Amino acid sequence: MTQDTAPVLRLTGITKRFGKLVANDNISLTLARGEVLALLGENGAGKSTLMSILFGHYVADEGSIEVFGQPLTVGQPRAALAAGIGMVHQHFTLADNLTVLDNVLLGSEPLWQPFSRRSDARAKLLAVSQQFGLPVSPDAKVGSLSVGERQRVEILKALYRGARILILDEPTAVLTPQESEALFDTLAQMVAQGLSIIFISHKLGEVLRVSHRVAVLRQGKLVAEAPAQGTTQGQLAQWMVGHAIEAAERRPAKNVGEPICTLSNVSTAPTGRDRLNDVSLILHAGEIVAIAGVSGNGQVALADVLCGVRGASAGHVTLRGAPLQARPTWLVSQGVARIPEDRHAVGVLGDLPVWENAVSERLRGPWFAQPWFRAFWIKRRSARQHAQRVAETFDVRGGGPDTPARALSGGNMQKLILGRALMPPHDDAGNTAPAPQVIVAHQPTWGLDIGAVTFVQQQLITARDSGAAVLLISDDLDEVLALGDRVAVMHDGHLSEARRAEDWTREAIGLAMAGATH
Amino acid sequence: MRLEKRNHTSPTAYVLAPVGAVVFTLLVSGLLVLWAGAPVGQTYALLLQGAFGSVFALTETLTRATPLILTGLAAAVAFRARLFNIGAEGQLYAGALAAVAVGGMHGGTGLEWSPYVLFPLMMLAAALAGAALLLGPALMKARLGVDEVVTTLLLNFIMLLLVSALLDGPMKDPLSMGWPQSVALQGDLELSKLVPQTRLHTGLLWAVSLAVMLWALLSRTVPGFDIRAAGANARAAAFAGVPITRTVVLVALLSGGLAGLAGAIEVAGRTSYVTLDMSPGYGYSGIVIAMLAGLHPLGVIAAGTFVAGVLVGADSMSRAVGVPTYIADVIVATSLIAVLVAGLLTQYRVRWK
Repeated sequence: MTQDTAPVLRLTGITKRFGKLVANDNISLTLARGEVLALLGENGAGKSTLMSILFGHYVADEGSIEVFGQPLTVGQPRAALAAGIGMVHQHFTLADNLTVLDNVLLGSEPLWQPFSRRSDARAKLLAVSQQFGLPVSPDAKVGSLSVGERQRVEILKALYRGARILILDEPTAVLTPQESEALFDTLAQMVAQGLSIIFISHKLGEVLRVSHRVAVLRQGKLVAEAPAQGTTQGQLAQWMVGHAIEAAERRPAKNVGEPICTLSNVSTAPTGRDRLNDVSLILHAGEIVAIAGVSGNGQVALADVLCGVRGASAGHVTLRGAPLQARPTWLVSQGVARIPEDRHAVGVLGDLPVWENAVSERLRGPWFAQPWFRAFWIKRRSARQHAQRVAETFDVRGGGPDTPARALSGGNMQKLILGRALMPPHDDAGNTAPAPQVIVAHQPTWGLDIGAVTFVQQQLITARDSGAAVLLISDDLDEVLALGDRVAVMHDGHLSEARRAEDWTREAIGLAMAGATH
Repeated sequence: MRLEKRNHTSPTAYVLAPVGAVVFTLLVSGLLVLWAGAPVGQTYALLLQGAFGSVFALTETLTRATPLILTGLAAAVAFRARLFNIGAEGQLYAGALAAVAVGGMHGGTGLEWSPYVLFPLMMLAAALAGAALLLGPALMKARLGVDEVVTTLLLNFIMLLLVSALLDGPMKDPLSMGWPQSVALQGDLELSKLVPQTRLHTGLLWAVSLAVMLWALLSRTVPGFDIRAAGANARAAAFAGVPITRTVVLVALLSGGLAGLAGAIEVAGRTSYVTLDMSPGYGYSGIVIAMLAGLHPLGVIAAGTFVAGVLVGADSMSRAVGVPTYIADVIVATSLIAVLVAGLLTQYRVRWK
């Protein structure tokens, strides 16, 4: 570790309040030249607020920022860029239909310059890419690049503009294990040349692997700062959540039963890069089949087909022997519980109250609507009672039945979606709908804090143990290996054979994620 | 200056927002009144008096409010589903034409049917005519992604020209001495007066009951949930099983139907025949009223009455102090902007550094 005495970045006493909520509470941090600082914390701990202040999107209520010894003009992203701060967002900000060179140039040239100086720019881009070991072809269209290559372009974009301090927001979330390794090598090269890096993540293993120092935020406060060397994952987790964590123990399925849901040679029409290409899979009662893969390789299409949102263009999908109808209402009535990937955009209707969201899937069934004229009057009393039960059983906090769903935190929103999907309603006469027999969970724990992750995973295991067939689609390899009784890997629309989890190694999954035939 | 999202909005803010919007509107309009050389206090007092100050003023305001409430409801239900129907003006005329086509005298005494049959038929025809005019744009939006703002807006002009052609042609009143006006409605189909010796007719009761029914539909029924869900987030709604295309069709029928009824009720309650100037932009004012009401059907009653009051009050105020009646348009437009900004400020705070 090379460290000069003067820090390149110094945050002093940063405090930011949103009404009563203190998002950042008197946070002081320094970053040395050639150092990788990991910023660790659960969702809502204040990481993004702190980085937004550093980058000029927010103005801190108190505190100051110094970059290379100079005070930073607050509230101006341009000032942060000029001072040499570069940010690589988790969701890339690239134009797919432009070339790599155009993307790098975009916004870096003055508007009144009549012609862009492309040859100079190309030479500079190649020099930067050479210097930091980030090979790219300047004339390739960004749309044709892999996710790992696009991330490289994002990093180059920051370096091209002279960034000396690089902020990486969850950079490995979209990468295969092998691509992550390549990124870590690049980071090592960059710090060797004197750059400084702030690495935001919640994966404890890789935090210890790449960083020199770790800073942990919890509820807006800086609760711990320690050298990575000599710190354990358990310690980090404890700092993050404030108490000791019991890791979910792997419990393999005991009673695997009949096949319930079958996909045979299913293909879908492509939408962008996401499609299914001749996919076959059988889900049995009482098992969790976990699908690993880098996102964008057909997982969305697979989830859409099983959630009734998209039909298959070829092949057959059957549910208990009968052809599956691509209609959400039908699927719900047949005992399919669906947990969509994007809880904000698809899972809940944010403007509508919690109670309506808790029954939205079943409004067309007999439980919450008077059957007159198909389904017309909503049985408000039954619906609100059921919503209350869902909120109690699934521990949905942060709002009453009339709170708009968007006001819930991510974890509570996900619990609401889980409860809606998993909890069968019953009527006044005591009749209860059957419990779900198939559960399709797409990234069910994405972006949740550790407590909520454990809760969600526990619910899936409980449902499996009571005989449901669970399909878990996840980017998180740890989750796939921890929960999956059988594991299959998706790449470019193809699904590998679903093998027992014990028969896979991490390396083999990583290779399959990258498309290597095996 | 920047806007930051508020984490929490206090209940007082929700109450203060519309009050602040009204105060702001009166201040801004007051400047224009001063500019016109009239005393501000007296002008506002006269405006209020002209709108609500006597039985006659009140009935005039409510007569004007009737079509405004109906077009306001038409806009509110469509905007709730994010179907931006700008065509209520054309749909209103379509409804008026349909009403006269069914219930008009056509040179003689018209259809020799009982008014108990003919009146519902006339209203139904008007609603269907308005709905039919919106159905095309709605389906084109749902199926082909054609922007409904453009199609519904342009249909207004087509409709107005069609009305003009019909009033000079097949539907021309033979007794109108050359004026472009349609045949008159049969006398027994006209709406009865609500207050004798005034123009206020039972159409107001229609408008208010339709507002209550629309509120019940939106908040208490599955199709109402579908409309709100499809407007809030079509993807999430489709995931939960809301039939999106069917919902768009339903919204088109409701919105176009309400605008069509506005036309029929104007004819049956006030004008007795269709003329080219029977609507001074009621369809467009409906959009303003729906926004003022926060797209809430019961709020539309209040917002429609407010706008009607400003328009009617401005007429009599103008005669007294000589401030042009355009001040009414300024007040309505400013209040809309102020209410929208006030609504924004309940969700965001302004930071000056």
